[in-house]
Amino acid sequence: MLDDADRRLLRYLQSDPTAPVSELAERCAMQPATAARRLEKLSAKGILKGQHAVIDWGKLGFAVEVSLRFTLDKTAPRAFDEFQDAARLIPEVIAIQTFLGRVDLRLSVIARDMAHYQSLYRNQILTLPHIAEVEALMHVATIKTTETLPI
Amino acid sequence: MSWDATDFAILRALGADATLSAGALGRDLGLSQPATWRRIKRLQDEGVLAGRRVDLDAEALGFGVTVFLGVKLATKGRVSLEDFERAVTAIPEVQTVQHVLGLYDYRLRVVARDLSDFERVLRRRVMTLPGVGDVEANVLLSEERLAGPL
Repeated sequence: MLDDADRRLLRYLQSDPTAPVSELAERCAMQPATAARRLEKLSAKGILKGQHAVIDWGKLGFAVEVSLRFTLDKTAPRAFDEFQDAARLIPEVIAIQTFLGRVDLRLSVIARDMAHYQSLYRNQILTLPHIAEVEALMHVATIKTTETLPI
Repeated sequence: MSWDATDFAILRALGADATLSAGALGRDLGLSQPATWRRIKRLQDEGVLAGRRVDLDAEALGFGVTVFLGVKLATKGRVSLEDFERAVTAIPEVQTVQHVLGLYDYRLRVVARDLSDFERVLRRRVMTLPGVGDVEANVLLSEERLAGPL
């Protein structure tokens, strides 16, 4: 479905998302019109879905980031849906992931400081439905975060 | 630095679609193109807008499996964190590396073509990292990014 030229284009685009089409084309040794057409086709097929800006929450004053890992009480039939619906309403939750493994679900939570985190944790997180177990991983540093695919 | 509701609206919009032009964004917010551009520039200069990411359909590109690994170092002190970090960031299938406090020392996001490809990455690349101890794997089923407190 994808050929080498498509892969090359996506690889360069991933490493430099703001590069103009003319520059991508040059790096891939193809005509700008060809590159533009290929990118359009990749978008139309839904392979290239778009771009999003990365927000540095620390710079906005959210110094604390915590990964909260949950196991849910699966005897409740709609445990996942109800938990996720409730978690979505907490503004400080910036990501929700579900898993197959020892952990059922993970929330990325940000807070201004530890006092703020403590109040969030007590008043909003622990009151989420169907929690069987929760454990926290406090982020110290992000060493690598390219999230590029090794195409 | 202080940010107002308009800055937050810009972040929310660009967080969903980073390719929006200052003109288009300004029209939605009732701002002029130059005023919008100045705000975006300030958010970039202060590091709040920290670059862009391309959203790809990983599955269509042949990456069917994403696994999160919790890694505990076995021999802290003997192997330096720098050695571990240098080696782990060099693995192309490892997308993110976070140093954490708690049950594990590091949290890794790994992409693979399928489960057997993941097994290869785990055995040949991850388990052979300097100082690696306990490893816990959880296979990602779904993922949802939210706008956050904006």
